[in-house]
Amino acid sequence: MPFIPHTEADIQAMLAIIGAPDIDTLFDEIPQALRCGELEKIPQGMSEMEVGRLMNVRARQDGQPLCFIGAGAYDHHIPAAVWQLATRGEFYTAYTPYQAEASQGTLQLLYEFQSMMTALTVMDVSNTSLYDGASALAEAVLMAVRANRKSKSKRILLPRSLHPAYRRVVHSIVRNQGIELVELPFDMESGQTDPEGLEQYAGEDFAALVIPQCNFFGVLESVDELTDWAHANRMLAVAVANPVALAVLQPPGEWGEQGADICCGEGQPLGAPLASGGPYFGFLTCTQKLVRQMPGRIIGRTLDLDGKTGFTLTLQAREQHIRRSKATSNICTNQGLMVTAATIHMSLLGAQGLERVAAACHANTGKLVKALSGLPGVSPVFKGAVFHERVLRLPLETKDALRSLAAHNVLGGYDLSADYPELGNAVLVCATEMRSDEDIEQYRSKLERVINARIQTPCKLKPDW
Amino acid sequence: MLIFEKSRAGRRATAQAPLQESDLDGLPQQFRRRQSASMPEVSEMQVVRHYTQLSQKNFSIDTHFYPLGSCTMKYNPRASNSLASLPGFLARHPLAPETHSQGFMGCMYDLQEMLKEATGMFAVSLSPAAGAQGEFAGVAMIRAYHDARGDDARNEILVPDAAHGTNPASAVMCGYKVREIPTGGDGDIDVEALKGVLGPQTAGIMLTNPSTVGVFERRIKEIAGLVHEAGGLLYYDGANLNAILGKVRPGDMGFDVIHMNLHKTFSTPHGGGGPGAGPVGVSERLEPYLPVPMVAQDGADYVWLTEDNRAESIGRLSAFAGNAGVLLRAYIYARLLGRDGMHRVAEFSTLNANYLLKRLTDAGFDAAYPQRRASHEFILTLKRQARELGVNTMDFAKRLLDFGVHAPTTYFPLLVPECLLIEPTETEAQDELDRFVDSMTAILQEAQNDPERVKSAPHDLPVRRLDDVRAARDLDLAWKG
Repeated sequence: MPFIPHTEADIQAMLAIIGAPDIDTLFDEIPQALRCGELEKIPQGMSEMEVGRLMNVRARQDGQPLCFIGAGAYDHHIPAAVWQLATRGEFYTAYTPYQAEASQGTLQLLYEFQSMMTALTVMDVSNTSLYDGASALAEAVLMAVRANRKSKSKRILLPRSLHPAYRRVVHSIVRNQGIELVELPFDMESGQTDPEGLEQYAGEDFAALVIPQCNFFGVLESVDELTDWAHANRMLAVAVANPVALAVLQPPGEWGEQGADICCGEGQPLGAPLASGGPYFGFLTCTQKLVRQMPGRIIGRTLDLDGKTGFTLTLQAREQHIRRSKATSNICTNQGLMVTAATIHMSLLGAQGLERVAAACHANTGKLVKALSGLPGVSPVFKGAVFHERVLRLPLETKDALRSLAAHNVLGGYDLSADYPELGNAVLVCATEMRSDEDIEQYRSKLERVINARIQTPCKLKPDW
Repeated sequence: MLIFEKSRAGRRATAQAPLQESDLDGLPQQFRRRQSASMPEVSEMQVVRHYTQLSQKNFSIDTHFYPLGSCTMKYNPRASNSLASLPGFLARHPLAPETHSQGFMGCMYDLQEMLKEATGMFAVSLSPAAGAQGEFAGVAMIRAYHDARGDDARNEILVPDAAHGTNPASAVMCGYKVREIPTGGDGDIDVEALKGVLGPQTAGIMLTNPSTVGVFERRIKEIAGLVHEAGGLLYYDGANLNAILGKVRPGDMGFDVIHMNLHKTFSTPHGGGGPGAGPVGVSERLEPYLPVPMVAQDGADYVWLTEDNRAESIGRLSAFAGNAGVLLRAYIYARLLGRDGMHRVAEFSTLNANYLLKRLTDAGFDAAYPQRRASHEFILTLKRQARELGVNTMDFAKRLLDFGVHAPTTYFPLLVPECLLIEPTETEAQDELDRFVDSMTAILQEAQNDPERVKSAPHDLPVRRLDDVRAARDLDLAWKG
């Protein structure tokens, strides 16, 4: 029996002690009418070898296309040591460190994680993760509504230039609490949040302004001005940041005169593989003043009975297992293992390593944009400076171009036409440090052929080359 | 010693970063960071040694018996990890087109179908990232259902007083008021009290079955009838699904919506706090509201269902498709087990729990519900020992650590004084259970002969009891150099 150690003799001995004739008797409190029969639609069990064969077929089935999609999930190099350490059984198969004395490994690691995230964002405190970047923003919005006592409105300003999936997730999570999300337009020329669009709300009651750096178009926002504007209008400034970009970009704690109040984002670029979208982790840091409004686990350093340093879960009175319906959030299980990987990842790279990765991504995307912009009808849409993604306009429908590229194993970027029809045939491209010059040339040459084929046979969806 | 304290300026793990320094000229100065983040500067070997040594300070399933009630700490098969980590799975971008995602999507579709069958629900969405997010999704669907019918006076969710803290917290996140239902002396819900609070304001009830007190809710059909009659819906908290897998299904008990904790029942790793996965299943009338994305079959192809083709969905709960890698591990586990393996999960987790309960009560401990069968877990109450010996549940829990056992869940559920919630799981052998009984017996003797020894435990761990009050008062949450 897979994973069950009992011998027939064990079973009989145990039943004899219980005083039951057979195992089925142990279910005699379940009304007979409710019992189910065989789970017929579930296949019979397989051996590890057979499941291995099945999974290998499925893992190889889709090939290994060359990927230039970013849009919230980024293909970075993960040092070999990261997952070899993170999958050690002592990390991999422990749970939430409720028994602090038996969990000092995980607890110290989480304290180190909090220290690294506060250093990266230049904020005072960090929790130990939420599910992902989008749900972390939803929690940040809820936190801002609770924390901003000057605001009565439960309204939030959310830029249209923020990741569309993030906007949807925030909506799904906060809408039942009567929170209203108001969309801020972006400037069609720069790709930044439009200052005029912002000014129309000056003096109005909002709990917070959300400020992505960089925004979904890869464009850098004028974060100092936005942060100061939020504070001048009695709003909290909620930063949404990419942690790799933070290695080279001004940290949210230093935005404007006073810095952002809350910072959140997607932790995936810090050691989590793309892996179809998860597990990743959301990070959340904030000012000391807001720490009691923070959702999720927080680790504190303290002393034991002998005065020795140790680590423990703290401020648990915020949490659901203590406060129940009055908790700051319902979160219980978080993304601990991903945080374990991220902490090891950051230790290996250090600040300088992360800066090199960030700079390499920036340079590679620059090369990609330059190469593609040499093609007829391809040009950058926005003038604003970018970190490691850029929006390009194409001379044919984005959907068709991407489909043709994919047929030749190039994933050419994220199609913006559904979320931003106002941009026309636009695609968001990204080249991390993982893409070589040869990869970029492959993309360029394939796109060139797609465009040429299109010009020659304008009605055909798929060029036959 | 913290990793920061092992740092030396200029030391690098140089193989890990790009060799060439690239140009940042395209980034205007105004956007740039002025000072590097204060991160450790250490060598690769220092990192490996540091985190290996930290890991050795943990108790885990791989190293210790871990009978943490309500958490289902069973063996996590290595195959689940290695097969979910095949390069083709790790490299797939979440926004890769369907044409390049058929292998992964096939696994997800199969998993949806298997979970439907195992729970007796009409449809399943895999997207919630953990149990609590599944709860949120479930209650949000209850609300969406009532709202769609214009039945918007329903503003109350009922939860038993013994429920997990996430239940009331999730209900509040969906904009509901919470009302508690008392538990009767036999561990079942007080049905008379329930009748008294059901009404036109009732949106639904959240139940765990077997309940958090470790017994099967015998009048579940009657409860379902009463709640439905009042116009409310029934939510099933899948925390204890391990107890009934292949024996009785939430759908057959009358539940309208459920979440499953795949990191419990389907043996994906707990990872020091997560990630989990909390798929939701629903009856037919709630199907339109399931969270997206979902996988569907269109002829021979798998396709995504999103906001675009599911207009009534409660929406998206994470940027992409939830904790995909956890779902893959659960799928691999389910394929290894197959239908017979699933029956055996409930059978042997229940056998182990009842055996342990009998042996511990024979050894002089008190069951909280002595007249009841254990499900896959059970509760002891140390009320008598606390009163007579001055040694409480926390003391027992801490002393167990010295015996090399992770403590069971303590002081939950709140309604049983001085309680230990013990869940051995099906993957423990009889000899390990016997060793646990020996440890508990030894601690009981110690509590009689040398109570100070127990009250000052643990003695043999990296640290002794920690000052939690100090931790919360003099907040030290990050290394400041």
